[in-house]
Amino acid sequence: MNERLPRECELLIVGAGPAGMAAACAAADHGMSVVVIDDNPAPGGQIWRAGPRVDLPLRAQALRERFERLPGLRLCSATRVIDAPAPGRLLVEREHDAGVIDYHRLLLCTGARERLLPFPGWTLPGVTGAGGLQALIKGGLTVRGERIAIAGSGPLLLACAATVRAQRGRLVALAEQSPWQALAGFTIGLWRWPAKLAQAIALANPRYRAASRLIEALGERRLEAVVIESLGERREIACDRLACGFGLVANTELAQLLGCALDERGILVDQHQATSVAGVYAAGECTGPGGSELALVEGRIAGLAAADQYPLAAALSRRRARWQAFAAQLEQHFALDSSRLPPRRATTLVCRCEEVTLGELEAHSDWRRAKLASRCGMGACQGRVCAAATAQLFGWAPPPPRPPLSPARIDSLLLAGMEEVQE
Amino acid sequence: MIRLTLDGEALVLPEGTSVAAALAASGDDHARSDLAGRPRAPFCGMGICQECRVCIDGRRRLACQTLIREGMEVERTR
Repeated sequence: MNERLPRECELLIVGAGPAGMAAACAAADHGMSVVVIDDNPAPGGQIWRAGPRVDLPLRAQALRERFERLPGLRLCSATRVIDAPAPGRLLVEREHDAGVIDYHRLLLCTGARERLLPFPGWTLPGVTGAGGLQALIKGGLTVRGERIAIAGSGPLLLACAATVRAQRGRLVALAEQSPWQALAGFTIGLWRWPAKLAQAIALANPRYRAASRLIEALGERRLEAVVIESLGERREIACDRLACGFGLVANTELAQLLGCALDERGILVDQHQATSVAGVYAAGECTGPGGSELALVEGRIAGLAAADQYPLAAALSRRRARWQAFAAQLEQHFALDSSRLPPRRATTLVCRCEEVTLGELEAHSDWRRAKLASRCGMGACQGRVCAAATAQLFGWAPPPPRPPLSPARIDSLLLAGMEEVQE
Repeated sequence: MIRLTLDGEALVLPEGTSVAAALAASGDDHARSDLAGRPRAPFCGMGICQECRVCIDGRRRLACQTLIREGMEVERTR
């Protein structure tokens, strides 16, 4: 059985990826009592996820070791935020218990998820996200000898290909929707970030095809093949797995529930990583995807600002600007071109949970009408997948989420209504 | 090594393995069935999509965010 959940802290951090860990170190170094909650079994976030098949980079290992030994830190892994029932209070749930945690300051390091766009066959077992396949492999999935296709957009496709290669999977396709000109422009621009240029060279892959379009996944009860269009030619490629992703989307649900303003990239923050709600900060990819280097520096700034160390925070603003410029390059060169996204077929499921097709949604003018008529977005994932898809397909903007933020037990929800929690 | 059961069948896997990876190791990676009874398997791999929900020791959990434990009983959901 786990240790009891903490009841209160000065700084509560949601998310133990690079931003959350860097922030916790910065704040704890200045004497704050810090609680970090994270929904994965171990800290590291998606990029530094630990597991039986993982050799973490030295930098990640060093940060994680320092983080786990911080005086005044309580880490609660495998813990999810369910609700924000009152100002300064979050309701959280674990496998066997739940509780409320009161905070003076809150820092959201909720990261980003993959943008997963619908295409025929995307619900077949064997089809996963690109980062999703990496995560599954890090969790012990064996892909040795399997034929693996990777398709979509963004540098994560190359990282996924490298993971597959390291695990002796057979890469049969690596299809990027961006055109060569954009990819070349991106690579040439990398001289400003030598570490990223080195990474790009290390990840270079002879199977990489630009201006490619994922058409469909084929199979009966499991994935058997993928159809990809390149240079005007459609090819059917037999495969055991298809890993796909179309860039990243900031996880902003908790921020929205708290009333934080957003911008087009994620949670809106000022130079101190403070959100529009007093006492609530945000750092890392939930403020806009930009990679681990940006997340680390944003996390440190946020941790210092939360500890009222403004001069120290200000000293890091140049480094942040440097990595923000890198994030802007990513966004520009991997912009999605709708002519190279999967074709719209009326029978394709858009909402995987409630099994709502694209044809059923097309008849409606906005998210709310579509939802009321079809139950789109009302299933177990609460629109986490299909809202990003309908934003891309129809330009719809879903309203802020309502609690519970993810499926929760009734006895956990009862705690939200109690003024004083019984010990 | 850790011993667990999946729908009553015994599995022995290394410590640190996720339940999602354990599903795949069983030879059939599906976690649940859709309305028409077609199989669904882990998809996002990071606790977002809820496709990998299974019943673990009587509670509904996400296979991708749960590590295997000695004696764990995992059942696929409908």
